[in-house]
Amino acid sequence: MKIHIPNSAFLGNIDSFLKGFDPEDETILEITANDKWISAHPLVISMIASLGALITDKSRIVSPRVTAKSIHYLERMGLFRIIGVDPGIRIEEHEPAGRFIPLVFVSSQDELSGFIRDMIPLLHLEPQHAEPIRYIIGELVRNVIEHSRSEGAFVCCQYYKKTNRIALGVVDSGVGIRRTIGVSHKVENDLEAIKLALTPGITGMTNRIGGTDFNAGAGLFFIKSIATVNRDFFIIYSGTGMYKLLKRSEGKRTNLHSDPFRDNHSRHDNLPEWKGTAVGIDITLDKTKEFNDILDLIGDVFHKEIREQKRRRYRKPRFI
Amino acid sequence: MKTIYLHEKVGDFAENKDIARDIRVEDIYPTLDRGEEVILDFIDISGATQSFIHALLSDVIRKYGIEVLDGIAFKNCDETVKKIIIIVTEYMQESV
Repeated sequence: MKIHIPNSAFLGNIDSFLKGFDPEDETILEITANDKWISAHPLVISMIASLGALITDKSRIVSPRVTAKSIHYLERMGLFRIIGVDPGIRIEEHEPAGRFIPLVFVSSQDELSGFIRDMIPLLHLEPQHAEPIRYIIGELVRNVIEHSRSEGAFVCCQYYKKTNRIALGVVDSGVGIRRTIGVSHKVENDLEAIKLALTPGITGMTNRIGGTDFNAGAGLFFIKSIATVNRDFFIIYSGTGMYKLLKRSEGKRTNLHSDPFRDNHSRHDNLPEWKGTAVGIDITLDKTKEFNDILDLIGDVFHKEIREQKRRRYRKPRFI
Repeated sequence: MKTIYLHEKVGDFAENKDIARDIRVEDIYPTLDRGEEVILDFIDISGATQSFIHALLSDVIRKYGIEVLDGIAFKNCDETVKKIIIIVTEYMQESV
């Protein structure tokens, strides 16, 4: 496998990074990076960690040249530590509080609860900002633990002072969304599976309206809705499919849609295959709408969608 | 009447679905089966996920019918928790 980190890879311009991923030969991982500098979204770092963890023989991981300045960034984010490779450099580590949460591997519910408890104080967030972030991490990582059939989730988080934004990546190397949704719904391709996973009331655990006692099919819709209301990016990549919620311009009225393809978005159905699921989201703090207001909007759409799903199953009387 | 203090079981942020299911099976069902009222006390809980509330309540509504909500009271909920409970109970009532 080969993956190249360019100068800049954020959710807005991440498509070329994803297209450049070469999934051939899973016994080797070659990581290259721009020599001078890199600035990458936590999703990118989490994806590389996830690939690195797949390689059991660490001598088969080729990392960037130690002369590259960019290697310091990757080291600081904990990439080499977590994939078990010595980059050949030592840097002085600063207290991460207020700036970023280096890569963490979360493999159980107990670890998830502990991670949420510990990370929020580290980010020094106001309560109204902490609320959606812990909510998003709780739901995304729980999805991985419960559905992905992987060992766990790689999670990474960074605060960007200039844009006053929190960026978050959650990545696994499990079975992917198509396999999990496909248990209960007919899907033709990865993109269609992603679309269903983002639709309220659709879960891979059942095709019954209202879900099972344990799954409602609401988690990803809630998260996409938080990003929609806050006018932030949200991306989900699984198999060869990718869906990206685009930023909406200021001043436009907020409408939540149960059909994710009605949102302002871009999508691909032929990217290099990602075995598992990778999710990235940005939360711009100075625009964060009150979580309670977001829940009002979500509740309305969810309620309508469930009613519609029920109505679509109504049988018509046969008049003969 | 039985009061269930959720903070003792889930801490400040209610997101652990496994615990939600345990509360439902070990505390809520037996209390309802005895014909008693259940009080779910959210004191000191500052947030909850929809998944947690769904795992706690959805099957209660499915099993006992929507009238079961007359026998369950939600105490000391902040606005966020209240709204998530409303979302879950509404879509479950639409579903049954």
